[in-house]
Amino acid sequence: MNKQILKKITSNQLFIPLMALILLAVINLINDPGFFKVTVGTNNAGNPVLSGYLITILDYGSELAILAIGMTLVTAASGGQDISVGATIAIAGSAMLRVLCGGNSRPETIQAPIIVAFLVACIVGMLCGAFNGMLVAIFKIQPMIATLILFTAGRSIAAWINNNELPIVPDPKFAYFGGFIPGIPVPTTVFIVIACIIVIAIVLKLTNLGLYTQAVGINENSSRLNGINPTFIKFLTFVILGLCVAVAALIKVSRLSTINYSVIAKDIEMDAILAVALGGNALSGGKFNMWASILGAYVIQFLTTTLYKFNVQSDALAAYKAVVVILLVIFSAPTVRDYMAKLAKQLPMARKEAA
Amino acid sequence: MKKIKENTSIFNKMSDTNLLLTITIVIFFLMYIGAVLFQGGGFTKPQMFFNILNANAALIITACGMSIVMISGGIDISVGGVVALVSMCCAVYLDYHDGSILGSILIALGIGLAYGLVQGFLVAYLDIQPFIVSLAGMFFARGMTTIVNTAPFNVEDPEFNALKLTRINVPGLGSVNKKGIYVPAYVEIGVIVALLLVVLLFLVLRYTRLGRNLYAVGGNKQSALMLGINVKRTKFLSHLICSLLAGIGGYVYFLHVGSGAASHAMGMEMNAIASSIIGGTMLTGGVGNIIGTLFGVLSLSTIQNIVASAGLDQAWWTGITIAAMLCIFLLIQSIVMSQKKKALKI
Repeated sequence: MNKQILKKITSNQLFIPLMALILLAVINLINDPGFFKVTVGTNNAGNPVLSGYLITILDYGSELAILAIGMTLVTAASGGQDISVGATIAIAGSAMLRVLCGGNSRPETIQAPIIVAFLVACIVGMLCGAFNGMLVAIFKIQPMIATLILFTAGRSIAAWINNNELPIVPDPKFAYFGGFIPGIPVPTTVFIVIACIIVIAIVLKLTNLGLYTQAVGINENSSRLNGINPTFIKFLTFVILGLCVAVAALIKVSRLSTINYSVIAKDIEMDAILAVALGGNALSGGKFNMWASILGAYVIQFLTTTLYKFNVQSDALAAYKAVVVILLVIFSAPTVRDYMAKLAKQLPMARKEAA
Repeated sequence: MKKIKENTSIFNKMSDTNLLLTITIVIFFLMYIGAVLFQGGGFTKPQMFFNILNANAALIITACGMSIVMISGGIDISVGGVVALVSMCCAVYLDYHDGSILGSILIALGIGLAYGLVQGFLVAYLDIQPFIVSLAGMFFARGMTTIVNTAPFNVEDPEFNALKLTRINVPGLGSVNKKGIYVPAYVEIGVIVALLLVVLLFLVLRYTRLGRNLYAVGGNKQSALMLGINVKRTKFLSHLICSLLAGIGGYVYFLHVGSGAASHAMGMEMNAIASSIIGGTMLTGGVGNIIGTLFGVLSLSTIQNIVASAGLDQAWWTGITIAAMLCIFLLIQSIVMSQKKKALKI
């Protein structure tokens, strides 16, 4: 009976990310007992804000959590990942700045309402997603290769949109999205993530999107024979990811009120894939658990913050994360799992023999 | 049977490899002749062609490795990172540890070999998707490069610089410069290494058992297994060869630029994949040719030079043209393959 409960807990998809979260928390608590302390301070504008490592993780993990939503759907439907998300964030962000600043690098006021700029960014993001989706769904190119095109060209296109200038948004209101709204001590990004989660929860609850993507990911042919259009579903997941990218771009650009084409959202594709993998979702497609992915995203941000705390340079972060990815995929590989299961079976038998 | 014969066109008579190879070679010559006719200038001089070779010797080597992995049905996007890691390690070894040339070559080969062993094992024996493995490999290599040394620097070792500046004149070719002095065309050592490797790999793919196994595994894993081919070992070897070539390519790159920096060879994996695809290697595996890859690299760099000399020399045009070219060739492949499938089904 006891064993059954244990098995139920360990086989839950949320088990791995939760364990990783607890492990990281313990490491940090040992290193610094005051790690989880949250204090109320005032920021440059004189508004009360919450600060502390926990708030940092929640704040900076937002983009990743939003991307993880789209990436989970793409992974589930097409069995591959979109590696162009970082580059498309640069494109969408650049388009947003272009609309806001009207091609002027140092405008006095914003040239268009923020909502218009955001909508343009959404359209641009969805177009990029549609381009990837077209290559994957209609021309049947492997997702990672198809997205490699935008991965290379993306930052160049982003620089081209603004003529390689770095416009600065003059309106302080624009900085609210990636910072704090005056009077509210919680980072705005947290609310944006909550809004995204509510939207995707409603979509998954009310529509067949979740069921259809899983069906397409598990077996494309049989889902087609059952009346699902796999081409459309794959295309749709990429467009949804494009929308997520646009929201992430809003946050990223808003944090600095400007953009750096070669650095913005660098290596974020790796983190997004890692979040999906950490959530226990098969990278080869099929069943998915959205909440595990989102939790995975925050675990990744937790890891990043921890590494920074241990004085790891930002450029060297990638090496440590790569080790984590490799370990994760090794332990989730079917061959290794079978071997471990065999080993676990053999152990009690060997003990009996010895007795 | 009869119906298939009726449907035979030039398309179907040629094998996949030859069809895609022919397209590439024709496009390369058209492009180069077009550049000579319409842009003139540097393109009329033979040295222009050899400069393309000099600048891209490392790319030729890594692209050959990429083609081999792609023929066996895999992919390796860690090559750019490996090139950067190799140049940084060799640079640090030569300047800070007073190392010898031979030692640095061994370091380059060692890094390549280590990468090949680990990635090959993970892909072939643990059945992990090659893309994930090499994506992690790429980030690991880039991160390690900054851990080894953060700031970029030039190597000052005199022996190494002598080797770097060694020029081999091409007999019978050259041009008269502005002062009226005849300057023979030259290539660097890396080009000789690259061309030798191209010939060697061409022969290996064509005439050895390993080469034929690579095609068989990439074409259809299941039937290769039925034929008694050791699929896992073949996959393992393909990754081993690719990473080893990335190590060699890294040294050739290092020999060309003579410095170590974390930003070296940014996006080289992309160029290598693009060259292979333009050269007629199919992403789905089983189809490809090393000679095609050589022409793929040449086409890619020629188009870059055309873009640069056409006045569009802003950095972003290079990225956009490569991506556009890759996109076009991917679509051609996709269309050619679906046409062939249709023709076979009738």
